[in-house]
Amino acid sequence: MSAEPDVVRERIEQLYRSDSRRVLATLIRLLGDFDLAEEAMQDAFTAAVARWPADGIPDHPRTWLVSAGRFKAIDRLRRRATFDATLAPMLRRVGESAEQPDVDDDQVEDDRLRLIFTCCHPALGMDAQVALTLREVCGLTTEEIAHAYLTPAPTLAQRIVRAKVKIRDANIPYQVPTRTALPSRLGAVLHVIYLVFNEGYSASSGSAVVRHDLSNEAITLGRLLVQLLPEPEAYGLLALMLLHDARRAARVSADGELVLLDDQDRSLWNRAQIAEGCTLAEKALTTGPVGPYGLQAAIAAVHCEAESANRTDWPQIVGLYDLLLRLEPTPIVELNRAVAVAMQEGPAKGLALIDAIVRRGQLGDYHHVHSARADLLRQLGRGSEAIEAYERALNLNTQEPERRFLSRRIAELRSA
Amino acid sequence: MRYLCLIYDNEQAWGKMPKEESDAVFGEYFTFTEGIKQSGQHLGGEALQPTPTATTVRVRNGKVTTTDGPFAETKEQLGGYYLIDARDLNDAIQVAAKIPSARYGSVEIRPIMEFTAM
Repeated sequence: MSAEPDVVRERIEQLYRSDSRRVLATLIRLLGDFDLAEEAMQDAFTAAVARWPADGIPDHPRTWLVSAGRFKAIDRLRRRATFDATLAPMLRRVGESAEQPDVDDDQVEDDRLRLIFTCCHPALGMDAQVALTLREVCGLTTEEIAHAYLTPAPTLAQRIVRAKVKIRDANIPYQVPTRTALPSRLGAVLHVIYLVFNEGYSASSGSAVVRHDLSNEAITLGRLLVQLLPEPEAYGLLALMLLHDARRAARVSADGELVLLDDQDRSLWNRAQIAEGCTLAEKALTTGPVGPYGLQAAIAAVHCEAESANRTDWPQIVGLYDLLLRLEPTPIVELNRAVAVAMQEGPAKGLALIDAIVRRGQLGDYHHVHSARADLLRQLGRGSEAIEAYERALNLNTQEPERRFLSRRIAELRSA
Repeated sequence: MRYLCLIYDNEQAWGKMPKEESDAVFGEYFTFTEGIKQSGQHLGGEALQPTPTATTVRVRNGKVTTTDGPFAETKEQLGGYYLIDARDLNDAIQVAAKIPSARYGSVEIRPIMEFTAM
């Protein structure tokens, strides 16, 4: 039952794109080792290229790939165990596992969740969680991750190796957390995804405003999580990312400059994506106890539904920030609330709230505090104080397009 | 799998604690220890005398030198340990989180290195 070689090759390439991460996740469970599973997954696809043109495409290609990968891994272990006796226990464990490993669809989807929770285990450093998630769950190469984070590839590779060593030696289990541990462990996963998104959305340094690939990877991860674990906060995070990302085209001008929300050309916003984000935000608010991501998504949804900055429902936004402040009483949430109050009740009101935060000795080194103050001072016609605040913001900001924006504001005020 | 839970807290705070409060903490330790003995996870554990009793020894070029005090001056000091048997790191974290000092100080979990016979 042979098949056309071109058809087979195309099918294998398509399977690699759609299923290689699933195959990997299951092989990690069966083999108990990340590197061995990675090699086994590659071996399985190589075997498919060699055998399927003659044998035909199997009825259950994924099951075929998993068992081929497992047998290849056992072969590899046998060969290595001849020279390295320390591998004997591993070989025993892998060889003893069921002859027909459990690869039904539910198990495989659980394997993907196990992989996510293991990569985002709080016992790993935050940088390592991010790198490992992009490598193992998203399938990015080490070079791609290094490039996205402007990190030398050897540094990044070492970070991933160390994380895998810790997973093995400290015995971080390959499992979905129990119901009681789930809220905090899910929080860690959402945090990793949001970090990836933000690095893409507002790169922490460098010359481009948006590093688009990372945002897309984060949205893909968010979609996967919602599909595997439909929790309110998972909906909330996906909604939040979609709504922010929907404004991407309007955030940067034709000459690469940053455009603030108030000044954005709203016709450039991606309406279909906003509609999807709003639906998901509603799910986040109605399917269970509302969390910080759900509230932030709701705030973003209110912004996205407004025809213009002036016609935004500011009282509703302030109300949502009040709720958010109760869940997350942080000065950053307070700052964002103050900016919304300024829009609702005038710049003097907002400025008083921001000054109160700074007087408490908080956020003094956070550039957004100074640019927000500067903007309100400018609106109040207090030009020299505004310049001073813009200059402080400029000194603290490392992102090039934002720095150019602040410099432009200073120049405008000086010539006024 | 075996893990060592190293208990760090501020030993000066212990000294300043009123008696009924420190008695209460000792009571919690007793209950915790009994609990992990019954569950079979307790493999060992001791409390240590405070760091002023510590001596650090080094041998360099065959010569033994001793210095007064612990190996490193830190804000929180090693005050005791448990050696536990846990299924995996998650299980060990659950046990460590119940050690009373985890609420005041910190508990460092270290997997034991197992040497398999060749």
